[in-house]
Amino acid sequence: MGLLIAVLICFFVAILAPFIYRLGRQYTGWIIAILPFILFGLFINHIKLISSGEVIAVTYKWIPSLGINLSFYLDGLSLLFALLITGVGGLVIIYAGRYLAGHIFIGRFYLYILLFMGAMLGLVLSDNLFTIVIFWELTSISSYLLIGFNNEREEARTAALRALLVTGIGGLSLLAGMILLGLTENGYKLSILINSGDLIRNHPYYLAILILILIGAFTKSAQVPFHFWLPGAMEAPAPVSTYLHSATMVKAGIYLLARVSPLLGGTEIWFYTLTIVGMITMIIGVVLALQQHDLKRILAYSTVSVLGILTMLLGVGTELAIQAAMVFLLGHAMYKGALFLVAGIIDHETGTRDIRKLGGLWKLMPMVGIAGITAAVSKSGLPPTFGFVGKELFYESVIAVTWVTPLLTVAALFTNMLMFATAWISGIHPFIWKTGGIPKKPHKTPFGMWIGPLILAIMGMICGIVPGFIDQSIFSSAVSAVTGSHVSVHLALWHGFNPALALSAITVAGGFCIYYWWYKIQRVVCRLNIVYKFMPDNLYKLSLNGLLQVAKVQTAIIQSGYQRYYLLTIFSVTAILVSFMLFKLGGIHGSIGLHTMKFYEVALGLFMLGAAAIAVLSSTRLAAVAALGVVGYSMSLIYILYGAPDLAVTQTLVETLTVILFVLVVYHLPRFSKLSSSASRIRDACVSLACGGVMTALVLKAGNIQFHQPISEYFTKNSALLGHGKNIVNVILVDFRGFDTMGEITVLSVVGIGVYALLKLKIKPE
Amino acid sequence: MMHSIILAIATRYLSPLIFLFSLIFLFRGHNSPGGGFIGGLLAAGGFVLYSTAFCVTSAKKKLIIDPRTLIGIGLLISFISAFLSLFSGKQFMTDIWWEVTLPLLGKWSVGTPFFFDIGVYFVVAGVTLTIIFSLSEE
Repeated sequence: MGLLIAVLICFFVAILAPFIYRLGRQYTGWIIAILPFILFGLFINHIKLISSGEVIAVTYKWIPSLGINLSFYLDGLSLLFALLITGVGGLVIIYAGRYLAGHIFIGRFYLYILLFMGAMLGLVLSDNLFTIVIFWELTSISSYLLIGFNNEREEARTAALRALLVTGIGGLSLLAGMILLGLTENGYKLSILINSGDLIRNHPYYLAILILILIGAFTKSAQVPFHFWLPGAMEAPAPVSTYLHSATMVKAGIYLLARVSPLLGGTEIWFYTLTIVGMITMIIGVVLALQQHDLKRILAYSTVSVLGILTMLLGVGTELAIQAAMVFLLGHAMYKGALFLVAGIIDHETGTRDIRKLGGLWKLMPMVGIAGITAAVSKSGLPPTFGFVGKELFYESVIAVTWVTPLLTVAALFTNMLMFATAWISGIHPFIWKTGGIPKKPHKTPFGMWIGPLILAIMGMICGIVPGFIDQSIFSSAVSAVTGSHVSVHLALWHGFNPALALSAITVAGGFCIYYWWYKIQRVVCRLNIVYKFMPDNLYKLSLNGLLQVAKVQTAIIQSGYQRYYLLTIFSVTAILVSFMLFKLGGIHGSIGLHTMKFYEVALGLFMLGAAAIAVLSSTRLAAVAALGVVGYSMSLIYILYGAPDLAVTQTLVETLTVILFVLVVYHLPRFSKLSSSASRIRDACVSLACGGVMTALVLKAGNIQFHQPISEYFTKNSALLGHGKNIVNVILVDFRGFDTMGEITVLSVVGIGVYALLKLKIKPE
Repeated sequence: MMHSIILAIATRYLSPLIFLFSLIFLFRGHNSPGGGFIGGLLAAGGFVLYSTAFCVTSAKKKLIIDPRTLIGIGLLISFISAFLSLFSGKQFMTDIWWEVTLPLLGKWSVGTPFFFDIGVYFVVAGVTLTIIFSLSEE
């Protein structure tokens, strides 16, 4: 029960958030942050249970006929992510309350961010294949709103759309993958599917499933070649970048990979794809990070790099590598979260994010400095931080992969050295040395802003000094969930003198050199990598423009804007399709049965024919409308003859009002004149004759053909019994088929309002 | 519009009758020919007749409520009647019936489908009148 409520309450409070802001004003951040902190506490409370190997699973029926149920599942992996989402979420909301103070849309911001939090929680707690996709898409949509939060800026809108399209395509791919996974007929529950991993891996669909799910994960986690949306998303305000692009959303792809790892992992293709893509991403990411001057872009690209590392480690897939991935993931969330928030403060207070202008901020904002420097130390992998623990494990697991060790080790060493440099540039550089001339003098940073990054940074330090207090409780169960078998994790700061430590020493030395000569190296790197930087992004722009062009051409062809062509299309297509079906079912049957007709029926028929002919041939509109009315009223007479008073009354009323409507419209139309060519008139006549002929044939056929048992018997029998009414037509309308009627009256209302709006709309002729 | 004394006098007597008749159609609809749809059309017809005999403005005055508001009221009634069953733990749109004894009329069974039909009546009348009134105002 608790899991469903945890997810739903986020959405519920999200809807209330703008109203809470009206009451809470500048304290809204603190008020709303209570929710994630309560959830955080509740999840903390579950650690003991989960670490003992238990899981919590609940299922609520949603659409059982399709196998779509609200199944939630809490194991070590979900718990780790849930803690990250709620913990970082709370800190970010408090921070945002100050950061966005005075922003006109701040109430809306709380709505979006809680929406996102709910979607993210739902994603990591979901156990059903389809609800995973639904929550996955919800994170894409809410992140679109968050990235484009400053929607008066064009860059923000473009970046938001780009992120939405890239992750949206990934989401569709994921959906296709999940459907295929469902088609293997092992059920829709992931926790159960995982037990049949061997079956899936040997299934003919395996390759397709793997590719589709990987595309989903890679787009979300910004792996090369989909990495380009992430730096663009830095248009978002700092708290959004922190929450989405360091701690949670981009990690959703990693979560998915980790989640399906016992199901799809362990094969050669899994190993090669993930390792190679991850390796390329981590190198390209960190190289691109080194080219940037913008503080947030440096952090964004280094995040891309870390996501590459995580993917690579999941690809390697050994117990040690999974451990490294989980530790790195938590460490990264803490230090990168802190650094993003610090970057936001620096931007907010000094008015610039250009690293060349920043320096010497230590004296002006000491608390922010402590947070930034501590986080940067963790990022650069220096002891005694959690980043160091993660990096040591990273090296150890890479060295342990026997036959590709040299390649991976070199790649890891290279990445870590550059990572060290970016850490110093982004976290330490702004606080030491001298200022390079910042646009405005910072005033005192408010408590609400520096407390968040400080907590995150200090947590990173504490976890590094005493990793013992979280390894058994959180990591053992998380790693076990990914490997699929029980693993006991023991983390330590000191691993003894081993090759990993030697590599660390080289990293520090190399990294420091790169930092020291950064300006020179940057110039070289910038010239080198122009190819990487533009390729996928340009491809995206080209395909988007191409799509728009195709849409334009296609619209010009199909949408002529003339009602006569639309009608012509509709009628001719109907005539063709119906006559095709008629001949497929054996041609026209049925006879008109003239000999059984009464004389007044024949008279009525002739009368209608005559009226129809007048309607076609008359030279004034009013006469045509009146003749049509005659056809309609005769029709209602036929209903009376055949004993259908209901229909007769309806027909009479509709006919009356239709004639009135026609007359009112005709009143506004210009005089009747022949403007069309005789060729088009002949064409129209052919189409209308064909349409009428087909309809006649259809009616004759309908009397002789029976596809299904008629349902009318059921209605006759149950109308009075179940529906409390003797008028079957009415009982059908308001009871048996009431839902249809509901839709119809809704449509009718929309039509009425639409007509009203069109009539009252006064467009001035240009 | 038209200024015919015969039509004006006749309308004065006919339109209330038509309106009354539309209500009868609505109320007896569940057991005999009639119902919300026909009733709504008939009611609209009455007011259209009035607007033809006099003018749109006076017909609107007789109607008191703006026809667009009628649409909203109708939709609201229908939706509420459909949601009522949820409160008694049944599925959406399940019918609920009550037996009531009315003076003069005796025993009647009243149910949520009837309220639904009242909603249909309002929507149909509202939409028809909205369209016709705004067309004739042009």
